[in-house]
Amino acid sequence: MNPQPVTITFDGRPLTAAAGQSVGAALASQGVTAWRSTRKGGRPRGLFCGIGVCFDCLVTVDGETNQRACLVEVCEGMEVEGS
Amino acid sequence: MSVTVDVAVVGAGPAGLAAAVAAAEAGARVAVVDAGNQPGGQFWRHAPETVQRQAADVQADGHGHHGWNTYLDLRARFDAAQHAGRITYLPGLQVWMAERSEDGFVLRTTPAVASAGAAPVTVTADRLVLCPGGYDRQLPVPGWDLPGVLAAGGIQAFIKANGVLPGKRFVIAGTGPFLLPVAAGIAEAGGKVLAVLESSAPSAWLPHLAAASGVPGKALEGAEYAAAFARHRIPYRTRSIVTEVLGSDRASGVRTARVDPAGRVRPGTERVYGDVDVVGFGWGFTPQMELPVSLGVETRLDADGSLVGVVDDRQQSSVPGLYLAGEVTGVGGATLAVLEGLAAGAAAARPDPGVPVKPPAAIARHRRFAQAMHQAHPVPAAWQDWLTPDTTVCRCEEVTAGDITEAREDLGARDVRSLKSFTRAGMGWCQGRVCGFAAACLGAGPGEAPGAGSLAGSAKRPLAAPVGIGELAALDG
Repeated sequence: MNPQPVTITFDGRPLTAAAGQSVGAALASQGVTAWRSTRKGGRPRGLFCGIGVCFDCLVTVDGETNQRACLVEVCEGMEVEGS
Repeated sequence: MSVTVDVAVVGAGPAGLAAAVAAAEAGARVAVVDAGNQPGGQFWRHAPETVQRQAADVQADGHGHHGWNTYLDLRARFDAAQHAGRITYLPGLQVWMAERSEDGFVLRTTPAVASAGAAPVTVTADRLVLCPGGYDRQLPVPGWDLPGVLAAGGIQAFIKANGVLPGKRFVIAGTGPFLLPVAAGIAEAGGKVLAVLESSAPSAWLPHLAAASGVPGKALEGAEYAAAFARHRIPYRTRSIVTEVLGSDRASGVRTARVDPAGRVRPGTERVYGDVDVVGFGWGFTPQMELPVSLGVETRLDADGSLVGVVDDRQQSSVPGLYLAGEVTGVGGATLAVLEGLAAGAAAARPDPGVPVKPPAAIARHRRFAQAMHQAHPVPAAWQDWLTPDTTVCRCEEVTAGDITEAREDLGARDVRSLKSFTRAGMGWCQGRVCGFAAACLGAGPGEAPGAGSLAGSAKRPLAAPVGIGELAALDG
């Protein structure tokens, strides 16, 4: 099983991911563990529940805000931004 | 778009797939709404089918899965019923509101992923089978909000869906048999599991319990994990907990301790594991109760302290025409979920059998086994002692243990709903799904477990999923 690599950008930086991977998996497997800061404490957040329940891993995907990184599948040219 | 059917099924995991197949094969027109992009749910989560694959890959997906042949059988029947026009499959959609109508039920849905392009669908059905499953139950501990801390099930889902690991060096902690497949899966995928910390002491329970309950398959599973632990040299430490996750902006280690049977830390047993990049926590599971609760089903507390729905011998809830299957009737695993799904689907397809129905004996056996498992793996009574006042409990709204105990002591807020209004615990994005159980325990007080009323308050969510203003505005009537 060797899925085609796709290129996405994370905060403008190009990042290689495997086709079908979630955005969260693409980030975490490249060593990016946090991509959001909390409103009150400014604490770093990334994946937690991994299955769409906790909303900790929210990212902006192609301009669409508040998307769960653990659920969104990467595709070629996808622009991902943290917050 | 709208769809009208005889039977609507929510969820396409073990229970939902089974219910859909059983209802369709009994002659009903069925619609299946599922948040996932492909059938399987969390338990049978597998590599994305959108990526071009060969037949061998489908078998390879089964690696590390239990009951994969059951999945392949249900999936083949599901696909056949879909091709025959008996099942309308609606993936990538979450139900944000379920309502009773004059002669049935109406489900309003919203895309799980905005960019994926699934259009909202309204489903109208005479009967409804809810199979929403569950997710890892969490107990907060200092540092659990650091990146690198994941739900145990989240780690497993990550590996099953992506075929890669979320880190290199893992500590898995909590309670319950589920920690075993999580750790074994990490090791099989090439990760290093430094330790599995189990708060209970279930010494050699599995073979005995499995035999006593009449489910020998569970003993085989246990033996497989024991072999995997031996092969990968994974230390399994019982009566042990993580007392703190260490690190400043991400998890880098854990402090652990031995505990007594009540979960109190035994002084002098502290130990530090450094060089950890992923910590996985799982304290059993929380059934997803918002849809059953919003439709008014009768609920009860199960042996694991979870709020679950009451069902009869045909899996029907206290609401006529509303059937429940899987974790929402009591956490019991995939085999039980499939049996319940088959029973619920068949009953929903033929609501009036004219004769009493005897549930399969296997359901009773698996329920007995699940009860024994819950009793062997309780949430430690003294877990609240592990918290410091500044430990985050509600991750969304950043509410601390100190905030909650203050509301309890000074304002008399003892149930989840009052705590929510005084502290905002459970008011954020996840609507208390993650902190609800812990907040309910804290409201009940040290050493106390929450009652069904408080947990039902936590599961009462005006919207079952976040939804856009546009979808609210589009509601007619």
